[in-house]
Amino acid sequence: MQTGRDVNEVKKALKKKGTYGPDIEIDRYEEGTYTPDQISDLDRTPEDVRDRFANVGIIASEKDRSGTIIFTDNGMSHCSNKAQEGVEILSTRKALSKYDWLKEYNWKAVDPTKDKYTAKSYLEDSDGYFVWVKAGYHIKNPVQTCMLLNKDKSVQNLHNIIIVDEGASLEIITGCTTSRHADESLHVGVSEIYVKDNASLSFSMIHNWGKDTAVRPRTVAILGKNSNYVNNYVLLNPVGTLQSFPITYLNGEGASCRYNTICLAHKGSDIDTGGSIIMNAPNTNAEIMSRSITRGGRMVLRGRLVGNATGVKAHLECRSIVLENGGVTLAIPELETSVADVEMTHEAAVGKIARDQIEYLMSRGITEDDAVSMIVRGFLVGGIKGLPDNLRKEIDEAVEKANFGN
Amino acid sequence: MLEIKNLHVEAGDREILKGVNLKVEEGETCVLFGPNGSGKSTLLASIMGYGYCKITEGQIIFRNVDITKMSVDERAKLGIGMMMQRPPNVVGVKLGTLVKAAAQGDTCVLDKSDEFKMDNFLQRDVNVGFSGGEIKRSELLQLTAQKPSFVLLDEPESGVDLESIDLIGKKVHDLLYTNKCKSPERKGSVSSLVITHTGQILDYIGADKAYVMGNGVIRCSGRPMDILKDIRERGYGKCDSCKLVEM
Repeated sequence: MQTGRDVNEVKKALKKKGTYGPDIEIDRYEEGTYTPDQISDLDRTPEDVRDRFANVGIIASEKDRSGTIIFTDNGMSHCSNKAQEGVEILSTRKALSKYDWLKEYNWKAVDPTKDKYTAKSYLEDSDGYFVWVKAGYHIKNPVQTCMLLNKDKSVQNLHNIIIVDEGASLEIITGCTTSRHADESLHVGVSEIYVKDNASLSFSMIHNWGKDTAVRPRTVAILGKNSNYVNNYVLLNPVGTLQSFPITYLNGEGASCRYNTICLAHKGSDIDTGGSIIMNAPNTNAEIMSRSITRGGRMVLRGRLVGNATGVKAHLECRSIVLENGGVTLAIPELETSVADVEMTHEAAVGKIARDQIEYLMSRGITEDDAVSMIVRGFLVGGIKGLPDNLRKEIDEAVEKANFGN
Repeated sequence: MLEIKNLHVEAGDREILKGVNLKVEEGETCVLFGPNGSGKSTLLASIMGYGYCKITEGQIIFRNVDITKMSVDERAKLGIGMMMQRPPNVVGVKLGTLVKAAAQGDTCVLDKSDEFKMDNFLQRDVNVGFSGGEIKRSELLQLTAQKPSFVLLDEPESGVDLESIDLIGKKVHDLLYTNKCKSPERKGSVSSLVITHTGQILDYIGADKAYVMGNGVIRCSGRPMDILKDIRERGYGKCDSCKLVEM
């Protein structure tokens, strides 16, 4: 049972539409199950699920991973921890009953009354994953977390908490996907991320939904002194509607944060993404980079940098290729400050692939389709720092599959 | 090998080539002289098939095939390769990837990239931040990988310091006469059409014939060294008064 908030107040928020993106009637969806089939041994993951995992960077093996936690619909279906020590991987519910101190983090970064999706998740007392790296531990291999939406026409509600304690470091790869038959579902994922003093977190999220899936992630991160947080978001396959606007608060001096967003809006997809970084402490810095391609869909790219302290440095770069007529590409970069001593810049560019580049590659005997694919792939990852290798691989494969030349 | 008949080309809504006639025989190295803006680069780009060159009249025949309407990659596959004077930056595409694609998987040239002093550039984005000399060496590396039987070289020596010119000259020589990575099915020698202003590249290649372009047409042709000597002594001014428009 949730505590700490006036339940009636949160209930009122169930009517509150999201700030951005089309409104979704949550009641239209059935509840997802809390007791899914268990995947006790990753090596025995069913073939179709294995394929879906692979598409979002999740390997159905414990190799090269410090741990794996999988949620199918609303319940945990796998949890393993291969790290020797220093990291705890549990379901959020279990973690809350195990650690009393966790209530200081539970629904403290994300406000349950923010909109109907957070309210729903709060009132459901949604489960999710909890990953905690203890102070001073550097976890070598990534922890992978996976959210599989298996039941069609249902809502998946998850609430995740990540804590990287002082001086620790962690890489998380999180993949979210639907089963093939569960296109018409709704995913709501609330993630609360805490990166403490001198700690670092690389958080990569790969999404691969059905063409009618609705997706509403709600992520807030809070950063301590000299901490570092990289948030990679990749969405290359069709989706119904996705709206995401993660917010990061740089509350400790010298903290730094980077968002890399790589998106592709297919025909019929409505994507509203980007995010905000709020620099509340001196000498913090932030970078928002986005690369997107519109192929007949709707692509809204938001970026908001707020400098509330001296010595802040921040840059926002938003580049988009429009592959064909139709659809919408809307770039909305915003910079805000009331402090004199800040350095904040942005650049945005929307356009087509330069013909001279395509022909230059073609003059080496490369077909037009292949030339376009090479350039698109390069465009998506070029100049993006902090992208894990496996993410690059996923991008390469998705670009290949998308067959941009046609 | 290559025959150009009455070629008219527009670029940027302006007629640049106004009826070019030119022939390059099998195995021949031809030089193209002419003042700035006379249409030399447009001619080479038109042979390669770049879209900004709109052919309004005339024909390009390559090995008895009319390639006038062919796409760039089809021309490349027939054996035409071009070294651009100012190739575009291709952000995110590694030089090594492009060389490999040009070589169709053959790694022979990649292994020799140190000979081009490009071994440290294979992991860099194509042309991004390359100096003048680096661009030339990158182009030559790509072309050597591509193994064309007909090479278009647009000012291979421009923007290159004196020290690098020796390496570039030798690599151009190798490309035309002794490409060690040449596949066995591409027998016979390589033909070429080379734009040069200074004639420096002629220290490294044996040119058979020279053409002089002026105002979008071929003004005359002759022995490369004779023409170069003429241009050096009297400039292109003589061309304007020259009555010998057709060869």
